[in-house]
Amino acid sequence: MEARLVGDHALLLQCSGPDEVRAAYAEARRRQDSGELTCTDVVPGATTLLLDGLREPGSVLGGLADWSLEVAGEDAGPLVELSVTYDGPDLEPVAKHCAMDVDEVVRRHRQTEFVVAFCGFAPGFAYLSGLPEELHVPRRESPRSTVPSGSVGLAGAFTGVYPRSSPGGWQLIARTGERLWDADRDPPALLTPGTRVRFVDGDPDG
Amino acid sequence: MAERSLEVLRAGPQVTVQDLGRTGRAHLGVPRSGALDGPAHRLANRLVGNDESAATLECLGGQLTVRARTAVTIAVTGARVPVAVAGRQREWGNAVAVPAGAEVELGVATQGLRAYLAVSGGIAVEPVLGSRSTDLLSGLGPDVVGEGDVLPVGDRVRSPVPVEAVPAPPVSRVLRMRLGPRDDWFERACVAALTGSAYVVGSDSNRIGLRLEGEPIRRRRDDELPSEGMVLGAVQVPPSGQPVVFLHDHPTTGGYPVVGVVLAEDLATCAQLRPGDEVTLRVV
Repeated sequence: MEARLVGDHALLLQCSGPDEVRAAYAEARRRQDSGELTCTDVVPGATTLLLDGLREPGSVLGGLADWSLEVAGEDAGPLVELSVTYDGPDLEPVAKHCAMDVDEVVRRHRQTEFVVAFCGFAPGFAYLSGLPEELHVPRRESPRSTVPSGSVGLAGAFTGVYPRSSPGGWQLIARTGERLWDADRDPPALLTPGTRVRFVDGDPDG
Repeated sequence: MAERSLEVLRAGPQVTVQDLGRTGRAHLGVPRSGALDGPAHRLANRLVGNDESAATLECLGGQLTVRARTAVTIAVTGARVPVAVAGRQREWGNAVAVPAGAEVELGVATQGLRAYLAVSGGIAVEPVLGSRSTDLLSGLGPDVVGEGDVLPVGDRVRSPVPVEAVPAPPVSRVLRMRLGPRDDWFERACVAALTGSAYVVGSDSNRIGLRLEGEPIRRRRDDELPSEGMVLGAVQVPPSGQPVVFLHDHPTTGGYPVVGVVLAEDLATCAQLRPGDEVTLRVV
């Protein structure tokens, strides 16, 4: 695993793919808990892991060879089922782009078990990896100024849920009534890195 | 006894509550936030006997008038602003006693951009995720301070710490940076030319980023960078080639390559630069 210094207090680990990011994230957390690693933040990206707030990034860099990056089955994150209704305003354009009918888009999205690759954009906004390639769609050409909280969208290789109302450019296919973000909850985000996610048909308000 | 609080009589364009921020949750998409000029924030707190982690008021361009409902000690640091208490001019950068009911007025900044007002006991608004900072990117923390607000003040006060000399706002016009992690995404000539390159601070700079306008930093590849974690001080380069230095409310992940990272010691300079100021980059 290659790593690069980021300023004086951080390291960016370059991983081979999302699986290695997940393994590196789990290993960094384990090392934080055991006291082997002291840093303020461990931030997964699509193919990287950032270790921020390191006192001596050089010594961490030197010790990376000892990191265990095996993804064991029992390390799989918790499973969250999100109750959704597939009635998003972009469902038909998405189906058209993917050259399939709406029911097929819904079926494939619902069939997939996703995993939180990383968060960003807004507190509690999780980029869920695992989207079948035939559902990869570009962002909307013009982003919406307001996307309602709970909207489920597609963009590139990811699906995600808007934790609160915000501007956004993802193609919206569904909505959920689940609370993705609650600052009074610990952790405040429902979807944390490594969490497995399934979308199930249901009453999004129930 | 009156409750310990400040009543906001007038507030300039952007007054926010700031402390040392909420690190540790970047993996959930929570920006660090916190005072942009850390040394000024810490100094103001020390002057009035607070812990450095107490919340202060960060005042863009100065311009704040508050009434202290009980007797407090205040100190103003960061940008140079005229300070008046009960109508009398007082010293910037020093502890000043404020009698109960007196008005504290910060005038327009004459040097630097962000002034910090510390009050003994600290601004005691309800913390969110361990911090009282207003995060203008994600909306976490208290609202921007406005006229009519009543800000609670804490009662944990120690003796003010004598401070030898109060530094003036940073007047350096040089931002030192380390290259990487993505300097290899840019044309070699552009990276080599970074040292000594002059940029003008853009008017759309804010707590999220210091926008620099000047010679574009051109990419040598067109593909998209998979989103990756961002650090404070990261010099992110969007397709326009005009660099943005990430400040405390920066997004936790981003999809534009980072050519370098400004040294932590120069972030206070970033906080105090005004739109139109010229800065020079130096790779160290």
